Amino acid sequence: MASHLFCGRVNLNILREAARKDLREFLDKCSGSKAIVWDEYLTGPFGLIAQYSLLKEHEVEKMFTLKGGRIPSAAVKNIVFFVRPRLELMDIIAENVASEDKLKPREFHILFVPRRSLLCEQRLKEKGVLNSFTNIDEYILDLIPYDGDLLSMESESSFRECYLENDQTSLYHAAKGLMTLQALYGTIPQIFGKGECARHVANMMLRMKREFAGSHTQILPVFDTLLLLDRNVDLLTPLATQLTYEGLIDEIYGITNGYVKLPPEKFAQKKQGEGGKDLPTEPKKLQLNSAEELYAEIRDKNFNAVGAALSKKAKIISAAFEERHNAKTVGEIKQFVSQLPHMQAARGSLANHTSIAELIKDITISEDFFDSLTVEQEFMTGVDTDKVSTYIEDCIAQKDPLIKILRLVCMQSVCNNGLKQKVLDYYKKEILQTYGYKHILTLKNLEKVGLLKPQSTMRNNYPTIRKTLKLWMEDANEQNPNDISYVYSGYAPLSVRLTQVLARPGWRSIEEVLKILPGPHFEERQQVPTGLHKKLLRCCRSRRGPL
Amino acid sequence: MAFVTANWNPLGESFYRKIELYEMGWNLKDGLRECLVAAAPYGGPIALLKGHYRRSPSARPQLEIYSSSGLPLASFPWKSGVVKQLGWTVSDDLLCVQEDGTVLVYDLWGGFKRHFSMGNEVSQSQVLETKIFHSPYGTGVAILTGALRFTLATNIDDIKLRRLPEVPGLQEAPSCWAVLTQDRQSKVLVANGSQLFILDNTACTPVTPPGLSPQASSIVHMCVSFSYKYLALLTDSGHVWMGTSNLKEKLSEVDTKIKTPPKQMAWCRRPKSQQPSAVVMWDGLLIVVGECKETIQYHLDDDSVLVPELDGVRIISGTHHELLQEVPGACEEIFKIASMAPGALLLEAHKEYEKESQKADEYLREIKEQSLLSEAVRQCVEAAGHEHEPETQKTLLRAASFGKCFLSNFPPEQFVSMCRDLRVLNAVRDYTVGIPLTHTQFKQMTVQVLIDRLVYRKLYPLAIEVCRYLKTPEYQGVSRVLKHWACYKVQQKEESDEVIAKAVSVKLADAAGISYSEIATKAYESGRTELAIKLLEFEPRSGEQVPLLLKMKKSPLALSKAIESGDTDLVYTVVMYLKNELNRGDFFMMLRNQPVALSLYKQFCKHQEQDTLKDLFNQDDDHEELGNFYVKASYKDQRLEARVALLQSAVDEYYKAKNDFSAKTTEDEMRLLRFQRKLEEEKGEQLVGFSLHDTMTTLLSVGLHKHAEQLYKDFRVPDKRFWWLKLKALAEKEDWEELEKFGKTKKSPVGYLPFVEVCIKHHNKYEAKKYVSKVTPEQKVKAHLAVGDMEGAAEAAIERRNESEISTVLSRCSATTDHLLMERLNRAKATAVKK
Repeated sequence: MASHLFCGRVNLNILREAARKDLREFLDKCSGSKAIVWDEYLTGPFGLIAQYSLLKEHEVEKMFTLKGGRIPSAAVKNIVFFVRPRLELMDIIAENVASEDKLKPREFHILFVPRRSLLCEQRLKEKGVLNSFTNIDEYILDLIPYDGDLLSMESESSFRECYLENDQTSLYHAAKGLMTLQALYGTIPQIFGKGECARHVANMMLRMKREFAGSHTQILPVFDTLLLLDRNVDLLTPLATQLTYEGLIDEIYGITNGYVKLPPEKFAQKKQGEGGKDLPTEPKKLQLNSAEELYAEIRDKNFNAVGAALSKKAKIISAAFEERHNAKTVGEIKQFVSQLPHMQAARGSLANHTSIAELIKDITISEDFFDSLTVEQEFMTGVDTDKVSTYIEDCIAQKDPLIKILRLVCMQSVCNNGLKQKVLDYYKKEILQTYGYKHILTLKNLEKVGLLKPQSTMRNNYPTIRKTLKLWMEDANEQNPNDISYVYSGYAPLSVRLTQVLARPGWRSIEEVLKILPGPHFEERQQVPTGLHKKLLRCCRSRRGPL
Repeated sequence: MAFVTANWNPLGESFYRKIELYEMGWNLKDGLRECLVAAAPYGGPIALLKGHYRRSPSARPQLEIYSSSGLPLASFPWKSGVVKQLGWTVSDDLLCVQEDGTVLVYDLWGGFKRHFSMGNEVSQSQVLETKIFHSPYGTGVAILTGALRFTLATNIDDIKLRRLPEVPGLQEAPSCWAVLTQDRQSKVLVANGSQLFILDNTACTPVTPPGLSPQASSIVHMCVSFSYKYLALLTDSGHVWMGTSNLKEKLSEVDTKIKTPPKQMAWCRRPKSQQPSAVVMWDGLLIVVGECKETIQYHLDDDSVLVPELDGVRIISGTHHELLQEVPGACEEIFKIASMAPGALLLEAHKEYEKESQKADEYLREIKEQSLLSEAVRQCVEAAGHEHEPETQKTLLRAASFGKCFLSNFPPEQFVSMCRDLRVLNAVRDYTVGIPLTHTQFKQMTVQVLIDRLVYRKLYPLAIEVCRYLKTPEYQGVSRVLKHWACYKVQQKEESDEVIAKAVSVKLADAAGISYSEIATKAYESGRTELAIKLLEFEPRSGEQVPLLLKMKKSPLALSKAIESGDTDLVYTVVMYLKNELNRGDFFMMLRNQPVALSLYKQFCKHQEQDTLKDLFNQDDDHEELGNFYVKASYKDQRLEARVALLQSAVDEYYKAKNDFSAKTTEDEMRLLRFQRKLEEEKGEQLVGFSLHDTMTTLLSVGLHKHAEQLYKDFRVPDKRFWWLKLKALAEKEDWEELEKFGKTKKSPVGYLPFVEVCIKHHNKYEAKKYVSKVTPEQKVKAHLAVGDMEGAAEAAIERRNESEISTVLSRCSATTDHLLMERLNRAKATAVKK
């Protein structure tokens, strides 16, 4: 069920299992039949931890979405609220509880995700419903295993919170999550970081470590290094259009919590006799993770290399199906049949991805896509970043989607270390006149977080960063990549470069660039319990042995 | 070594021994006569209430507390009501049950802790008898009231009183009763004459012990074993019936031949022992009964008390403290006269070895021939654990160690841990400590609990030694002891805050996982706020500091600690607390000094209290944010007048903030709104709320060209954008005539390719072709291709000798129709490449 978590170098299923265990324990605390009332935002992240079947095993019979008024009637003993600790949600819960049928009282419980909140409990108390709850608990869900090599907090607004609203709650969750990770996978001996927020997270981790002092985990460290990077160290990468297969799916259709919703037309079941008579109208929902062999293979390929991979796969699969003609003996047939389910799954997977690739191709071959990409690449290579771009001007004039305009303008600003006041004001005026004056606040917010800024007296230092970190590679090989720049067909993500340099030869070699990038850079060491230290050395030695 | 068996007495298949634990250190004039006595199990403390039977108001009874060795711990005159019963809790607290059902709780130093009542019903009808019992849920109290009803509390730390059902036919106090724990429930077993009842929450069930001797007409005494598994009944005919406590099975019945009611009866059974046995005590006589007809009789000089233990019975008298128990198997095997058990032989072998006699080898050979050497070592180690005399322990361990030398691969753990355990046991058994634990009891109670007990006795150094010696993880061991020590230390009134804070920090510096806030709470509770604050400084967990600081009204400190923790919820908690505590001005001032708290509070206000947000910006003279605030507010208002007014406020603020761009833009916005309103009124066209761009598009699409032009001029819209806009609007309307006219007004700032494209987009090839000729040479190819004119495209590309353009055209050609064209193109391409 969670096979995608085994495939990486670290078994992330341990983390998922720990999370599932906590969930089961909480559900069992509310004995008897129950209905869950969901804070809708949470359903996605929870889907990565447990499916409905697990809830069902623990007597969850109904699920509702949290909204005002009365909770729909359901013959259950318990009502369990799964919510984030937010005041506005507390008001809704209070309303739910207050309008409950007094004659048939049900037991109420709250599960706060990821953490209990005194503030929220205070609010419930003010509303006079705090005592109606049998259990108030927290479900610590900070780092969610997303794929075999990826943990995510699935917290989409944390950049906004940290940089715009000065609310560092998500950093606290991050630090807590990393502590949980260390409790399961051992203390991480080295911590590197860059940026104010990274520093804050590291400080909290070290502080928490002191708090838990005495309860050392006696686990051999699985991770040797932790690198914390602020988003604002690398604002460029998220602005650029992603060009890998998975990246383009996300750009065009959006991947949320591991799922994508696709237009249904391409996925109509072609049955014999009814040539696409009833086209499905519901979007097709697909889960995307490395459990799917084919997807694991092509997800990170540059889109230009996906076609070849798909046709190669098609040949292999049809060859495999051809095998049946060679199967003569009963044993051979049996073996063939035993492989059938796997082959059929592979064929289904191939059909899906071929359809997706076709959908994407329609867009990538368009002139518009090409033009926009060209401008992006010009900015990234430092061409004409100091003047108003005619392309952007034309796009505004044609009222292209605002997000596209903002991405390009911000990118130009980032690649020019700020825009000349005249240029910036011109863009702003154009945007406001075209998309409405209300966006004056949007633009101000972009300026506050640094995505957009007027040029200071300092010279543009982006070229220095670009050259030192080799952010632009002229000859990116898309088919058989030998450098990470293939993912953006030329641009190598800054954060990846920072990571590469850290691994070899070390950050000392790029002091100058680190000074240009915002926030402090630092290095911390955490002591591994002495007993483990010896073991660790032994491990390293034996790992290195055969080399 | 022969004397080891000197105090052994046989009973049936096994032996019983009585070991002296201590000669009591107390000096009691009248012994235990006329005392109410309670001794805690697991070698716990002893409480005496002296002179309690004399009920004269002039002579107050004296409550005294001693260690098991009789060392005084506390002594004070009893000033409260009449005590019916004393008893100890699992955490070494003394319970004194009074006649009126009030239970007073003291610590083992005689310090009063709290009291609780056993309910109205009990206080009205008074306590007749009471029993204090232990169950997996803690310590419980059972009371028989004057109304002959039972009231039960299973756990005194979480009191839930239960009144048990009535016992039918009960006219006077039952002859005897006991509390049982069965099926996770506490029940009472009552004997009324020969009838026996079990009382649980809901029912009173009559029961019959299987095979109870028929001569009996009344059950005069009963006792339940330590584990609640077994029950012993003593009848008026002098028979002791022993069986399981569920009354399903009889184990034995023995006639004691004594018909007077005894003073006390207790089980004396080792875990895993085969023989059930009980001890019955009369004045001056103690009898051990087992499975056989015979009994062991001991003479008692003095008034004594029996204390049932897990693996025997302790007997406390005015002068002595003894342990009576069945001789453990391993000891019996080794020391029984003429035993040929491997352990016995090994002990003998070692003895010979010490004497440097070759017989040692003979013995060893004998054991080894039967390959029982490892068994022999195990026996010696085990037996050492059961012996009280360090000399005997040593002899046995030496023998074990000797035997081990002849074994390869014998796991050392058992031997090592036994040596460690014994060292600890001997230390706590010491007269000065007075905790006479057996090894079996120690294993059952665990090191954790032993350390707790030492801590209760304030034996901190010993507790720490034990932790270090047994290598207890610091968190559960040394740190915990130190915390208790510190909690005690902060209550010492005679020392100054500085001295105590320093002493605590120095001692606790290296200990991991110390909760300073707990210590600080203790200090605060004993009225030492300053000390508490000093101690909190050492607390690494900010989360723990905050609630206490708030409780002590140290809110600024609480706020900075909350911020330090990074836990925003904690910050919010303090902020909300401050908001209610302080007046607005002070509150704002405090926030001003704490930017993190301030921005969190702003977030809160944004969602909950918009007006406060405005006040905050005002206070900070943050005109920029105030401007933003008004802009946002303007979008929430539906009425145009209000919107314009709010925007005007925003403009004013933006000017104050010296943000001309924002001010001018907002003025533009107001201008646009007014214009839209005017036009709406005049032309009835829905416009308010549209962007400038959309307004112009709408105007053009309904033919109000003049008004659109006016906006274009007034708002200084760049030519290019206006051309694009008009172009698209006209094409949308399919007003081709107007488009053509527009295209001729002046030279297009966007060129003519957009004209071509816009027409094609609306499927008008005819109109599109009109503009192809006007397109710049660079875009010619594109324009031709757009209208589908392959020839023209090819012509243009070849003329420009541009390789990539030629390729583009080529790629659009189809091999069947444009055969000739392709040839031409390919040739041109070849020459272009050559160049």
